[in-house]
Amino acid sequence: MSTAPAQPPGSTARPAPRLTRQRTDWSSALWTSATLLGTSFILVLLIWIVGDIVVHGLPGLSWRFVFTTPKKDFFEPGSAAVLPMVVGTTIRVLVMTIFVLPIGVITAIYLTEYAHTTSIYTRVIRSAIANLAGVPSIVFGLFGLGFFINFLGKNIDLAIGATSRFGHPSVLWASLTLAVMTLPVMVIATEESLKAITPGLREASLALGATKLQTITRIVLPNAMPGILTGAILAISRAAGEVAPILFTGAAYYMADLPTKLTDQFMDLGYHTFVLSTQSPDIDKTRPILYATVLVLLMLTFTLNAFAIVARARMRRAMRAGH
Amino acid sequence: MGIHRGHRARPLEWLVEKAILAVSFSTIGVVFLIFVFIGREALPVFTGHISSAALIDAIPAEKLKAGPVIDLLDYLGLSRGDALERVVRNARSARTDFAGLAPADVADALAVEPDEFTGRLARVLEPTLSVESGDLVKALPVLQGHEAEVKAWLVHKVRNVLELLMEVRSEDFAEKSVTLASAPDARVNTAAWRYLLLPYQWKGYDKPEYIWQPIGNIHKYNIVPLFVGSLKITLVGLLFAVPLALGAAIYVSQLARPKVKEWVKPAIELLAGIPSVVVGSFALLVLASTMQNLFGYTTRLNVFVAGIALGIAVIPLVFSIAEDALTSVPRSYSQAALAIGASQWRTAWDIVLPAALPGVFASVVLGFGRAIGETMIVLMVCSASVMSWSIFDSARSITTTIAAEMAEAVAGGHHYRILFMLGTMLFGVTFVTNFIGDLVINRLKGRLEGRK
Repeated sequence: MSTAPAQPPGSTARPAPRLTRQRTDWSSALWTSATLLGTSFILVLLIWIVGDIVVHGLPGLSWRFVFTTPKKDFFEPGSAAVLPMVVGTTIRVLVMTIFVLPIGVITAIYLTEYAHTTSIYTRVIRSAIANLAGVPSIVFGLFGLGFFINFLGKNIDLAIGATSRFGHPSVLWASLTLAVMTLPVMVIATEESLKAITPGLREASLALGATKLQTITRIVLPNAMPGILTGAILAISRAAGEVAPILFTGAAYYMADLPTKLTDQFMDLGYHTFVLSTQSPDIDKTRPILYATVLVLLMLTFTLNAFAIVARARMRRAMRAGH
Repeated sequence: MGIHRGHRARPLEWLVEKAILAVSFSTIGVVFLIFVFIGREALPVFTGHISSAALIDAIPAEKLKAGPVIDLLDYLGLSRGDALERVVRNARSARTDFAGLAPADVADALAVEPDEFTGRLARVLEPTLSVESGDLVKALPVLQGHEAEVKAWLVHKVRNVLELLMEVRSEDFAEKSVTLASAPDARVNTAAWRYLLLPYQWKGYDKPEYIWQPIGNIHKYNIVPLFVGSLKITLVGLLFAVPLALGAAIYVSQLARPKVKEWVKPAIELLAGIPSVVVGSFALLVLASTMQNLFGYTTRLNVFVAGIALGIAVIPLVFSIAEDALTSVPRSYSQAALAIGASQWRTAWDIVLPAALPGVFASVVLGFGRAIGETMIVLMVCSASVMSWSIFDSARSITTTIAAEMAEAVAGGHHYRILFMLGTMLFGVTFVTNFIGDLVINRLKGRLEGRK
C-alpha cells in the first residue's frame, strides 16, 4: 500500500522516479519509537544502577578494605573490611561447583546423546529441570533447612554419635543447596554446547569404529568444553549473588575466624550487603562501606557474567557457521 | 545416533549408560525431595495436628495416659517421628551403657515394669523398636536371650522422656495461666485454618481483622495480608516490567539493525546478572528517595518502590523469553508481510507477534513466578505487615516473611511449621506457573517447527 510509485504533482523536478513511500506511516513510526524508547529506558536503568554503584563505591575501595578482616563492629568506617566475606563466598561457590558440575554435565549428556526426544523419561526430566529453574530461591533455602540440615545432618549426627556436628548450618549444606538451585543453569548451558557440535563429528568417530562412550568422552566432551565452562561460570555467578538460599543454611552474621572445615559457618558478601543496608545503626555513616561492598559483589558477579556472555555469543556464532 | 548394543556385547558401556541415566534421574528426585521435605515440616499445619494456643488447659496426666498415645504426643507437640527418633537415640546410647555389664547384671538393668500405657506406646513405636532392639542385641552379645526385655526397656526410656515433658508442660501452663487467665484469646488455637484464613476480632480491636503478628503471648497467624502483600508487589512489578520488556523484545528481535541487536541483547542479559541484593541496595539508597521526590508520597519505603525494584529484576527474564519466542517465528512470515508492502512495525505487530503470542504469554507467566518468589529485594525495601490495598503503604510478602522470621522461629514449633506451610504454598504457586509456561513454550516451538 505504501510503496506505490505514485508521484505527487509537485515533484517533477526529481531526476528519476523512485520507489518511495507515499506518506509517512505515523502510527508505525510512533510505535517503533515507543519500543526504541522502552529499550533505551532499560539500558539507562542498567547504566544508572552500575554507574551509581561504581561512582559511590570506588572511593571506599582500597587494598585494606578488600584484604583485611573487620572488627566485631563492622559498621565502623575506619575498620570495615570484607576479606572474610569474599573468602566465604568463594568457598561456598567452589564447593557448589564440585557438586553441580558433574551432575549437570552427565544429565546434559543423557539428554543430548542418549535420550529419545519423545520418550516419557526425557520429557519428565526436561520439565523437572524447567521447574527447578523457576523455584523461588527462598524455597531452596527452606529445602536446605528441612532436608539437608534437619533430615540428613541430624541423621548423620545420630549415626556417628556426634552432637550437632552436621545438624546445623554450614558451608557444606549451603553449597549443596546452591548446587540444587544452579543445576538447571548447568544442564541447559551444557546441553546447548553439546547440541552445537555437528552430528558429522560424532558420525565420523562412530564410523571409525569408536564406541558411543568413546565418542562422547574423546570427541564430544573436549569439543564442548568451552560451553561447559561457560555453564559453570553462569552457575557460579548466579550462585555468588544469591542470598535467600543461604540465609538459614550457612551464612553467619559475624565470625571472628575464617571457616576452616566444611561444617563451619561462613560470612557471605551478599548477606553482608543485606546486613549493612538494613541493620546499620547509622545509615549515613555506613553508606560508603555499603557502596564499596556492593561494588565488590558486583565486580565479582559482573566479571563472571560478562565472560560467560561473550563466550556464549562466540559459541552461538560458531554454531551458526558450522551448520 | 549410534548403534544400539546389548549389555553382553559391552558390559562397561552398558554400565556407564545406566549410571548416566541414574544421575540424570536425580533432577526428578530433587524436585520430588523439595516437595516432600518442605511439605513434611508443614504437614501438622495442613492436617490440623498442631496447637499454638498460648494457654491449653492442663489435662490430668491419668486422663491422657488412658487415651490413645497419639493424643499424648500431639499434646506435647511431638510427632510420631520425634518419638521414634527417641527410640533410636536411646538404642545408640544403650550400646555404651550395656557394653561393660556382666551377663549376670543384665536382667537387673533391663528390669522395668510394663503397664497398659507402655503397651500402647510400644504398639505406636513398633517398627523402629524392632529394628533398633534387634541391632542392639546383635551388637552386644551380653543381651542375647533378653530380646523382649530390651524392647520393653527402650519403651520405658521413651516413656520417661514423655513424662518429663508432660511435667515441664504442666508447670509451664500453671505459671502462664496466672498471667494469661484474663486474656480471652489465650485459648484460641491460632494455627487452625479458621484463624489462618478468616478475619477474627481479637481483644482490643473493634472489628474482625486480618492480622499476621507472630510475637507476644498470642501469636496471630492470618496469612491473608501476606498474600495480598505479595500480589500487590508482584502486580506493580509486572505492570512496570512487562510493557518495557515486551517493547524491548519486539524492538530487538524485529526492528533493530543487527549491529544494534548485537549490543543491546547482551546488555539486557547483563542486567540479569545483577544480584538481587544489589538491586535491593540500589532501591534502598537511590530509588526510594528519587521516587519520593518525584511523586511526593509519605511512606518512603512502600510497595510502589519495591514493585519497581522487583520489575528491574524481572525485565531480563521476560525480555529473553519473549525475544526468544519472537525470534523463533520463521523468517518467511515476516518476509511475506514485508514483500506485500507492510511496514516493519505492522509486520512485527500484526504477523510476528500473533504467531509468537503463546511464547509472549509464557514470558509473562514465568515473570510472575519469578516476581512472586523474589525475596531479597522486597525484604530490603519494605517489610511491615499491614493489611491494606494501597500501593503507597508498606507491605510484607510471603517470601519476606519466611526470610525475616525463620531465624527466630523455634525449630519444630508452630511458627516454624507455618512458615514452612507458606513455603509449600509458594512452591505450589510457582510449580503451577512454571508448568503452564513450559507447556505453552513447548507447544509453540512444536507448532512453529512444524511438528505436531
